[in-house]
Amino acid sequence: MGSRASTLLRDEELEEIKKETGFSHSQITRLYSRFTSLDKGENGTLSREDFQRIPELAINPLGDRIINAFFPEGEDQVNFRGFMRTLAHFRPIEDNEKSKDVNGPEPLNSRSNKLHFAFRLYDLDKDDKISRDELLQVLRMMVGVNISDEQLGSIADRTIQEADQDGDSAISFTEFVKVANFFLILVETEVSLLLRLVSNS
Amino acid sequence: MFLLLPFDSLIVNLLGISLTVLFTLLLVFIIVPAIFGVSFGIRKLYMKTLLKIFAWATLRMERGAKEKNHQLYKPYTNGIIAKDPTSLEEEIKEIRRSGSSKALDNTPEFELSDIFYFCRKGMETIMDDEVTKRFSAEELESWNLLSRTNYNFQYISLRLTVLWGLGVLIRYCFLLPLRIALAFTGISLLVVGTTVVGYLPNGRFKEFLSKHVHLMCYRICVRALTAIITYHDRENRPRNGGICVANHTSPIDVIILASDGYYAMVGQVHGGLMGVIQRAMVKACPHVWFERSEVKDRHLVAKRLTEHVRDKSKLPILIFPEGTCINNTSVMMFKKGSFEIGATVYPVAIKYDPQFGDAFWNSSKYGMVTYLLRMMTSWAVVCSVWYLPPVTREADEDAVQFANRVKSAIARQGGLVDLLWDGGLKREKVKDTFKEEQQKLYSKMIVGNHEDRSRS
Repeated sequence: MGSRASTLLRDEELEEIKKETGFSHSQITRLYSRFTSLDKGENGTLSREDFQRIPELAINPLGDRIINAFFPEGEDQVNFRGFMRTLAHFRPIEDNEKSKDVNGPEPLNSRSNKLHFAFRLYDLDKDDKISRDELLQVLRMMVGVNISDEQLGSIADRTIQEADQDGDSAISFTEFVKVANFFLILVETEVSLLLRLVSNS
Repeated sequence: MFLLLPFDSLIVNLLGISLTVLFTLLLVFIIVPAIFGVSFGIRKLYMKTLLKIFAWATLRMERGAKEKNHQLYKPYTNGIIAKDPTSLEEEIKEIRRSGSSKALDNTPEFELSDIFYFCRKGMETIMDDEVTKRFSAEELESWNLLSRTNYNFQYISLRLTVLWGLGVLIRYCFLLPLRIALAFTGISLLVVGTTVVGYLPNGRFKEFLSKHVHLMCYRICVRALTAIITYHDRENRPRNGGICVANHTSPIDVIILASDGYYAMVGQVHGGLMGVIQRAMVKACPHVWFERSEVKDRHLVAKRLTEHVRDKSKLPILIFPEGTCINNTSVMMFKKGSFEIGATVYPVAIKYDPQFGDAFWNSSKYGMVTYLLRMMTSWAVVCSVWYLPPVTREADEDAVQFANRVKSAIARQGGLVDLLWDGGLKREKVKDTFKEEQQKLYSKMIVGNHEDRSRS
């Protein structure tokens, strides 16, 4: 029999993922099908090469950083749980979730977690600060060879100047949040990243 | 021991009779109509019956799923994500506008929030992208009683399993031997027929015979696959001195087109059985076969094709410009080689109905023989062929634009998605130039503003 979506994903596992990430039953099945189609080695995990085989991701200037976000510290393989956990950051917040209880654990796709995700794309060494070097690295990835080192350096300096409030020439998480009033952006980003799946999910 | 003897002869007799009956049936119902290009309509009836059975099967599965309070897994063929196509610049401006409370006229050069654009794009392509799904078989909306296409099999009741078992029996024990016998007949007739015709002196009689030998053998092969083909707009069929281009899904495309028209094939010389067929075919009429070394030399290829096309007595060339098999949901980049030659191009769109058997050849997963066996154990191969009106290159367009124009026409007619991506991405990595383009666009956004500032 063919090895397809709902056959290999056990019901208990599906329920656990549902609880942890908030995706619906059919969304999880759909994404599991996607996971297996990317898994060329058919060993239940994805490697970095599996991600890089997606042409549209390979041409994304920040592609490598985004791929890195899926892999936990020092590991080269990600299983389906890890895959879903990372994707869950970008799940749109449903209306019925907005007034959830404050005492429960913070959902993966909360605004704060989304911001942390973006912050971590910059902060490679995970010291909770974006240094000038880290900022330059990301800038260089986004512009390629089209801007000179000096120009890029001055852009970085200007950005840090505008954002830095405690004078340590680096951007901390709180400063990061304040700079561009991210909360408004997030609303826009969520609305456009819609997971449209078959009928009721 | 002696008791076995009368049974033995009985069995032998029965076998002999059934074989004779089978062969007469074969001859009368399949081969003779193939020779004359007539049809009894048996295949169409078969198709209608199958459709009814599939609809019933899906209904039962839905009932089974409802009992368990689950939704049936249905592939959403248009993609998971609702995207509006916008450019890099527009989207980043959107993001900046919604995030910044500053006035728009001092748009800063770079914003920390710009990464959100790339981040979101990246996530979207991880969840669903346009390219990788074209290299694996299309998923079906309803089940067609083949285990290879089943995604929901915990919902199958006993009745369905019995039906499935019956299907397996029919397909493997009745249809498969029948089809193999037909394929064998078709191929041997082709080889023998074209070799015999090759001994005749060149002239109209040879051409006439060659055409009919080719057509007859391809028609037998069509029946060997139980291919039910609907041809549209046959008045646009390719003529001598032209090039016929079509979208490529499998090697069967050749058989489908060649059973309705007389073409000169283009391809690489193979060894083994294919080589024998190729050498025989070229004796009867000129096909264009390239040695492996010659294939890399684009000028040589172009030269030979041009020579062939210029000779009006030679047949139209059949070419598949995608260069590789795509899964029939989209049309990928056409290689410009055949569009530079300057001949009239006859586009043809081929669309398979995957319900009866998926015709896509996933060459990284299955070899040719496994693929053919899979084809012969499916229910049928159902497809539609549209002959589009001939086109020529206009004065102000280059070969690439011409190729894209033809590709769009084919995609539109066949109801396929028109993609600019190269089919070669099936095996190769994407070129870095695409990433560099994105980087350039983004740089313009942040440096362009800088230039405006320095001016004021």
